[in-house]
Amino acid sequence: MNGDMSLFSPAGPAGRTLTQLGWWLLSVSVLVVLVVAGLVAWAIVRRRDGLHAADEIGSPAPRELRWIQLGGVAIPAVILVVTLAFTLGAVHVTGAPARRAAFTVEVTGHRWWWELRYVQADGTRRVVTANELHVPVGEPIRLELTSGDVIHSYWVPALNGKMDLNPGTTNVTWIMADRAGTYRGQCTEYCGRQHANMATFVVAEPAERFAEWLASQEAPAAEPASADAREGRAVFMRAGCAGCHTVRGTPAVGRVGPDLTHVASRRTIAAGLLPNTPGYLAGWVSNAPALKPGTLMPASMLRPRELHALVAYLGTLK
Amino acid sequence: MSTMADPYRLPVDPVGRFSPGWWAMVLVIATEAMFFVYLLFGYLYLDSLARGAWPPEGPPRLTLAAPNTVLLLASSGTTWWAEREITRGAIGRFRIGLLVTFILGASFLGIQGLEYARERFTPSSHAYGSLFFTITGFHAAHVAVGLLMLLVVQLRAAFGHFDARRHLAVANVTMYWHFVDAVWVVVFTTLYLLPNLG
Amino acid sequence: MTTGTTPVPLDERLTRLWRTAPGVYGVFATVDHKVIGRRYLVTSVVFLLLGGIEAALLRVQLATSGMRLLSPAMYDAVFTMHGLTMIFWYAAPVLSGFSNYLWPLMLGARDMACPRANALSYWTFLMSGIFLYTSVLLGQMPDAGWFAYAPLTGIAYSPGLRMDFYAIGLVFLGVSTTVGAVNFLVTIFRTRAPGMSLDRMPIFVWGTLTTSFAVLAATPALTVACAFLYLDRRAGTRFYDAAAGGSALLWQHLFWSFGHPWVYIVVLPAMGMISDLIPTFCRRPLVGYPFVALATVSTGILGFGVWVHHMFATGIPPVATSFFSAASMVITIPSAVAVFAWLATMWHGRPVLRTPMLFAAGFIVLFVIGGVSGVVTGSVAYDWQVTDTYFVVAHLHYVLIGINVFAVLAGFYYWFPKMTGRMLDERLGRVNFWLMFIGFGVGFFPMHTLGLAGMPRRIYSYHPGLGWEWQNLWVTIGSFVFALGIAAFLVNVVYSLRRGAEAGANPWDAPTLEWAVPSPPPPHNFERIPIVASRHPLWEERLSPDAPRTQLEGPALDAGRDTPGTTALDAEADEVLRMPEDTLWPFALALTLLVICYGLVAGRWWLAAAGAIGLAATIVGWFWPVRHQPSGAAT
Repeated sequence: MNGDMSLFSPAGPAGRTLTQLGWWLLSVSVLVVLVVAGLVAWAIVRRRDGLHAADEIGSPAPRELRWIQLGGVAIPAVILVVTLAFTLGAVHVTGAPARRAAFTVEVTGHRWWWELRYVQADGTRRVVTANELHVPVGEPIRLELTSGDVIHSYWVPALNGKMDLNPGTTNVTWIMADRAGTYRGQCTEYCGRQHANMATFVVAEPAERFAEWLASQEAPAAEPASADAREGRAVFMRAGCAGCHTVRGTPAVGRVGPDLTHVASRRTIAAGLLPNTPGYLAGWVSNAPALKPGTLMPASMLRPRELHALVAYLGTLK
Repeated sequence: MSTMADPYRLPVDPVGRFSPGWWAMVLVIATEAMFFVYLLFGYLYLDSLARGAWPPEGPPRLTLAAPNTVLLLASSGTTWWAEREITRGAIGRFRIGLLVTFILGASFLGIQGLEYARERFTPSSHAYGSLFFTITGFHAAHVAVGLLMLLVVQLRAAFGHFDARRHLAVANVTMYWHFVDAVWVVVFTTLYLLPNLG
Repeated sequence: MTTGTTPVPLDERLTRLWRTAPGVYGVFATVDHKVIGRRYLVTSVVFLLLGGIEAALLRVQLATSGMRLLSPAMYDAVFTMHGLTMIFWYAAPVLSGFSNYLWPLMLGARDMACPRANALSYWTFLMSGIFLYTSVLLGQMPDAGWFAYAPLTGIAYSPGLRMDFYAIGLVFLGVSTTVGAVNFLVTIFRTRAPGMSLDRMPIFVWGTLTTSFAVLAATPALTVACAFLYLDRRAGTRFYDAAAGGSALLWQHLFWSFGHPWVYIVVLPAMGMISDLIPTFCRRPLVGYPFVALATVSTGILGFGVWVHHMFATGIPPVATSFFSAASMVITIPSAVAVFAWLATMWHGRPVLRTPMLFAAGFIVLFVIGGVSGVVTGSVAYDWQVTDTYFVVAHLHYVLIGINVFAVLAGFYYWFPKMTGRMLDERLGRVNFWLMFIGFGVGFFPMHTLGLAGMPRRIYSYHPGLGWEWQNLWVTIGSFVFALGIAAFLVNVVYSLRRGAEAGANPWDAPTLEWAVPSPPPPHNFERIPIVASRHPLWEERLSPDAPRTQLEGPALDAGRDTPGTTALDAEADEVLRMPEDTLWPFALALTLLVICYGLVAGRWWLAAAGAIGLAATIVGWFWPVRHQPSGAAT
């Protein structure tokens, strides 16, 4: 699924600070390269000779060491000191938000999807979802990062720098979006076969919309209205889906794959690989490995009628 | 350079201290020392991360390791003595020194094997176990290689290869043996002494 | 001695003493540094081509979104092998090849100090590469990246033999690198020509000298890391298992403690080659020689203090990462010193634009681009944005190709006449350069912008609509143009070996000792040992006519395979070193190591044990003394 991954489209204070630092670094870099390349070209062009045209070997020139003193030491030292100062400033600004985080989300990396658990004010984690992180606009959100298997890295360029998810330890970072929108991110630590398809999204919404979203996510799965959907739920339970997936309010409590209680509310499936539409969902459910080779979700043996019912059921899990 | 006017006034082939073979052994020892530095870094790093007790089963017992250390240090002494005797041309005493060193070194390995057998944890029990056995194990491997070198030197001595002037192989092997003992001092201090003191 | 017959000329006597035995025996038994050096160069280029084929596959796969040339599994194996092959089996060995060939010639010696160890370092290099590529034949190529982060590399997430080939293969190569480094250092300490004090050595020698110390200090970190990996996978240890008190970051610390010094190991000698050929083509000595030598050594030392900059996003506390960010900036300074020394030499000299100088000029520009992108990634806060994106891929290729490959090409054009007696073709050389320079620019510059557009590394494909397609296509096109440049080089070599113009001893009118001997040099290098008086023996007459001169016609030292042994600092002669004859021990020893490695990877402990016994026996045989006659000839 699409999005803007550019480092020049910041949407929050940390992102903006880093983009400004980037401008300094890139401008100085371009300038230095142009100056040196110019000197190389000029040195060649100004005096050239055949190899044995003059037998003379040049002697040391007066003040020739100035090149090294100025170009090799003094000027680079000044540039680097200034760069280090800007860098340390950016470290300070992006290290922690300007005010307390509104809440914490526990992010656990898996192969190849993101498990998200919202920590409520009372300490419970009633909202469990996957891949798509909703946040209120203008509030800093604390992220606690860990991994359930290998090392991953969480990166949403518009909002902050990246931070690794290591097994057995917890890293802390934060994000804040100061305008509404959907921001794309991707795993940035090679984690195996489908590292390329482990995208994530941050959906920043105005406070009331976010509160509505949170409330709906807290609720257990809706009771399916149509017969088709009820049939689909039965398929879900008997075809093995419940062994890996949780749907709160039903007997399905599997923890291997993403929580599906509100899967229909998400914009993508398979960690951003496919749009969340009935057609793609059917394709994913029937043969996930064909779409995402190496995925731990096996192909299912559902007959077309069962598949249709199952997809209808999943569509009710808003 | 007057010596280069008639270079064959210079000694042919390495007899001096800083011969190529000697330098090669020094450099090999240097890189092997770095090997143990990184092993011990691993130990200290995981120690610093440990949330529970480190070592997990309590500090290692010194009952076997301490006397064993004395044995190994004594073997450095006998090695030093043996090398001194060969520089004086005393081949017999030199060979006895080599033999005693060998016996002390072999005993060190035997006692360490006994310690391994009695250990309550294995390399698979936890990362500490992995480090304990790997670090002491690599050291033991270096001792074993040293014993082989001592054997070869003993054999060559029997063939009459060494005298007061020519014994470069002896100098190299004793240098290696001292290195192995020095490594043990550091390993013993880090793995055995520090946990018992802290 | 002979009576009643005409005395054999000195040249002939020395040739008979020093030449490699004929036939198959000589192929496996030679200890001649020139033969070994050439083998290193050819073998490294073969690995360069293998790595290049791997790169071509990757670039076709990424040329546009949704390509299906490589499955994800194949992509992972190919990008891993590409990194391993280029970084380990091409980049350092090619510099060892130049060092091996040139050091005795530059230093006025008849061979390296440890010729048999020299042969061993080549055979182990070759065999470790064969070992690694056995994995291709078995369909078990390593596929967890050349950097192989735990716990992805553990047996649970990487079953099969793939990462065992990785761990064992790297330790095997480490033997080659270590033995080579010991040889270089002993050579420096003991076998420089009389009078060649440290401040008279070519900068190339300073480069390899520095990296040899770095190899000895850094390689054990990789050995430990790989040993831990192999033991975790096959012996049930828990070094990298966080649940058992281990840590995935332990691998990273060990690996990068090796890996960062390694990047200087693969560039410092290359920079040294450029430092030695720019003066030739600018018709004057290098500006600031002492500063460039100091910059070389200090880069090597500082290189041990920056490794955490590969780990900025791992969650290490800001105090630590800030320190390493500062250190990463400081290490830029010695490189800037070198760049401005080159610029000053060009400015105050008279640049002659033959092919080696073209490559040197291109090298300087690419060096600086790689250097500044290194500062960008060295800024820890901005690294949190650009690390693990194509920006880093751009940076590393600018430093590896820009510094190593371009300098290697310059070195080939410069020293090919010395090695073969023929000049490489100038016109083909220009075609070669421009194809490579333009191809490299088109191919790799857009990687910077791709990274800034958010494209992560190590992905086998990417979504359309993220804005990455066009730039990827340019990268693919440019890299194929670059490959054409490499092809042009090979064509030039093949053509010039037969039809190249005859070179003579000193076609470039260069100052250093290797240009005082015929092209190609005779087996004994120098008919008479030179006694050195300055940094530029062949320019002394023109540079400083009144100063003491290098004696090119020193003693003959022809009683056996002899070369002078000299003191470490001031190179005063203090003994005559008798060099070994051709011998099969190095080849045999390398074979025993290969047997051990196959035994370990196959899990056949009896085979590994047999190899170990063979190894011990071979070492004893190697060091068993050879009895000499008083005249010096061996019985």
